[in-house]
Amino acid sequence: MIVAEQKPLEEIRRMIAPYQRVLILGCGTCMTVCDAGGELEVSFLHNALQLAQARSGDVAHTFYEHTLKRQCDPEFLGLLDEKTADVDVILSLGCGIGVQAVAERLPDMPVLPGVNTSFMGMTKESGVWDERCAACGDCRLEDTAGICPITRCTKGILNGPCAGPKKGKCEANKDMDCAWILIYQRLERLQQLDKMRRYYPPRNYRPIPRPRRITSKAGTMAGEGNG
Amino acid sequence: MANSIFEEKLGSNDFIVTTEVGPPKSVDVSEMVHHIELLKDKVDAINITDHQSSVMRFPSIGGCLVVKELGGEPILQMTCRDRNRLALEAELLLAYSRGITNVLCLTGDSVDVGDHKEAKPVFDLDSVQLLKMIRTLESGTDMGGNELKAVPHFCIGATVHPEADFIEPQLIKFDKKVAAGAQFMQTQGIFDLASLRRFMQYASQFKIKILAGIIVLSSAGMARYMNNNVPGIIVSQAIIDELAAVEKGKGLQKGIEIAARMIKTIREENLCHGVHIMAVGNEKIVPDILEAAELVNA
Repeated sequence: MIVAEQKPLEEIRRMIAPYQRVLILGCGTCMTVCDAGGELEVSFLHNALQLAQARSGDVAHTFYEHTLKRQCDPEFLGLLDEKTADVDVILSLGCGIGVQAVAERLPDMPVLPGVNTSFMGMTKESGVWDERCAACGDCRLEDTAGICPITRCTKGILNGPCAGPKKGKCEANKDMDCAWILIYQRLERLQQLDKMRRYYPPRNYRPIPRPRRITSKAGTMAGEGNG
Repeated sequence: MANSIFEEKLGSNDFIVTTEVGPPKSVDVSEMVHHIELLKDKVDAINITDHQSSVMRFPSIGGCLVVKELGGEPILQMTCRDRNRLALEAELLLAYSRGITNVLCLTGDSVDVGDHKEAKPVFDLDSVQLLKMIRTLESGTDMGGNELKAVPHFCIGATVHPEADFIEPQLIKFDKKVAAGAQFMQTQGIFDLASLRRFMQYASQFKIKILAGIIVLSSAGMARYMNNNVPGIIVSQAIIDELAAVEKGKGLQKGIEIAARMIKTIREENLCHGVHIMAVGNEKIVPDILEAAELVNA
């Protein structure tokens, strides 16, 4: 899933300052699971903004709340039309994709990001999420025992560890495991160390000129503009 | 024919001595010039470091040009941290055209340990791929598969870490570097000769010259700092205790003594093919170490 963190309250207040009626828009999928922008966080943020406004003495904004099942899906974005008739701005707690999907749907409506989209990851324990995939478009997990060096090695290198790790930890962060030591240990356990002994050539970055597009139904999207 | 004086030396049976000079964070290179002049006739080659520890400085290629101007034999340290494949290839063309033909291929430290922590890390290639890329250039094409009008030839090396606390994956990487064409290895700092002996039992099966990395320490505090902050470096407790036992102000003298003692043992017991002395900021004391190790005019 996509993992994000809510932006600091002061930054959000600065962004919404020019607008009077603000719709705080949550997202019911990834942002709900990572506690950054689901229905609950929308409600908390609403209260926090109102409290901050009351404390500062200026009564500038009126807030509305709504949470879509998925901001990144046109199927649910249709529901926005009636919600946005009387607002001046949308503060989206969707990920970066959600913010852009809403902006594409509503050409005349300013849309602000309420979260910093961080990475694709998994829940490690309650309240802790770890990055696991860099969406590189060229998956090598078969060769690396299911542990991604592109994501989990700070240098994203392909031919084994650098000389930096100490006690199994990365030179860039003493709390972070060296991905290549993890890969070595798991390959050894699976009796597949020959995979690490292979030479891996430089990555081909051509599969990922940004932005990327995947088309499942032949022809339906081909040739259409991308923006 | 050898591609450099240093390559010729690697082909001999002589004990090889290299050292390194770190360029300044400055446009005033007079101190670096002084260090190069001091060392160029006392060692077989001088490495010029490439923003070591990810701290921005005068570039390695610039330092190598100075070594050439002064009549010395440079080794261009080249990391993959700051340049993509185009920039690396282009710099190699520049290096060759100016007579800089020894290259030490490194992945490079993380930007997180340096003084530009917000920089974009590149790592388009890793050290093994860089070695291979140089061999590709020598075969007449660049990485895009395009023909070079004139072809360079280099003497290439890499590093290995015999004292890594988890050695097996390091040895796999060592094998890959040898297979990729490395002709010499300058090891990370050795602080315990037992680990060098163990490593050489393994490495002697390969036809490659191993130069043991000797880091000159100036105090127990510096040793502890390096253990905590410098990637990969693990100074043994025995060395820290030895440095801690001397009176204040005599630390560097002790460090020189330790370095000289290790070099002497390595040479007398024929443990490996030479040494690479890293004085980290104390380049001026390298001649004292050579003298104490009885390696003058090696």
